[in-house]
Amino acid sequence: MTWSWNYVWESLPLIFEGMWITLGLTIGCFAFAMLFGFVWTFLRRIPWTPVQKLVGFLLEFIRSTPPLVQLFFLFYAWPMVPYVGVTLDPISCAILGLGGHFSTYISEIYRSGIESVDKGQWEAAKALNLSTGKKWTKIILPQAIPPTIPMLGNYLIIMFKEVPLTATIGVTGMLHAAESFGAQTFAYVEPLTLVALFFLAMSYPSAVLIRKLEKKFNRRFDKKNPTGTNNNMDKGVAVNG
Amino acid sequence: MNITITVLLASAVLSFIIAFLAGFGRIAKNPIIRKFTGFYIEVFRGTSLIVQLFWFYYALPGLFGIDLGTDFWAAVVAISMNYGAYMSEVVRGSILSVSDGQKEAATALNMSRFQRMRLVILPQAVRMMLPEFGNYLIQMLKATSLVSLIGLTDILYHGDIFRSTNLSLAPTVYLLILVFYFILALPLIWLTRWAEKQSSKGVATE
Repeated sequence: MTWSWNYVWESLPLIFEGMWITLGLTIGCFAFAMLFGFVWTFLRRIPWTPVQKLVGFLLEFIRSTPPLVQLFFLFYAWPMVPYVGVTLDPISCAILGLGGHFSTYISEIYRSGIESVDKGQWEAAKALNLSTGKKWTKIILPQAIPPTIPMLGNYLIIMFKEVPLTATIGVTGMLHAAESFGAQTFAYVEPLTLVALFFLAMSYPSAVLIRKLEKKFNRRFDKKNPTGTNNNMDKGVAVNG
Repeated sequence: MNITITVLLASAVLSFIIAFLAGFGRIAKNPIIRKFTGFYIEVFRGTSLIVQLFWFYYALPGLFGIDLGTDFWAAVVAISMNYGAYMSEVVRGSILSVSDGQKEAATALNMSRFQRMRLVILPQAVRMMLPEFGNYLIQMLKATSLVSLIGLTDILYHGDIFRSTNLSLAPTVYLLILVFYFILALPLIWLTRWAEKQSSKGVATE
């Protein structure tokens, strides 16, 4: 079997159609992960040790088990759970599963953003006797959010590359289209290669964009902190250089 | 269970080798080597692991007549090529972040390029790489669950078969699988924390 352009032209529209589903699902999962990440961040800040221990364990558990198994659990096992079980369609299952998995990473980003706010800023807000709401919306969040943007962008790309996992539970994205085309014609080579090329064509430009963003934020960071004591930031620059 | 661990170990070793080769290739003097490894890294980081896995399994034998022998090797090669690409960036970043003064001092001591790398730069760079490598090992463990999709009989595969014969036990089965993965990941998590501690020990702070 060799490369055949016929199969390429035949499978192209199918895969293109799947691409929109993959893209839409990426955005859906990411939006869910970003929202749900807030929940984790909030739960973590509850100053009660048992809650903190439990949340820490849950985060560790979700993060260190494979998203594929989590998807299978939600899709096949959740309907069987007594009392709370609900049958989910593949799309919402994907959003819940992948979004839930990534929300644990994203809450870590939020945390690092919040912790990167200078201690003096917290103290100043306290000294000015600002209310909790004002402290967060006017002082802390405006400083915590900008440095997290490049990191969130990185996770968007990672998410995009994890979405094809959902082909296994029947979401008809790019990979699913390629697989079913292969199953019908026994031509796996062309559609799979096309899918790989599509991925490359989309994730490479966005990676370049994020590198640019990162540099921009790093420059701002350097201005504030000319000695550049933050090692990770230095490493980031070196890697991108 | 056995398959999961074997795949993990084999791909860990292979990806370390690839990571170091590609990491050094990326900072090589020869522009052809540099461009080539850069291309490899972008391709494998830019596409999805599951797509690569399928590509290695279905497309590679047909397209180039390269048969990796068994499903096992298709899985191991795909996983290690993918993670090798990610980890090579860690290798490169760590080597580049060794302070310039160290390189200059080594040059001043009239060390050869090879000696400089082996005796001065690498020992410091490896220390920085360790925690990152630990994180990637955990990622790799999670990635091994994908091999059930190309027919390797790992934990998930067995669980799936068991589920299809005992439908009502599905929640228990998948919870057990999740717990299994977590138990496998625990030593890796501890190892990573330990490596983090070790690597921060005795480093002069500016």
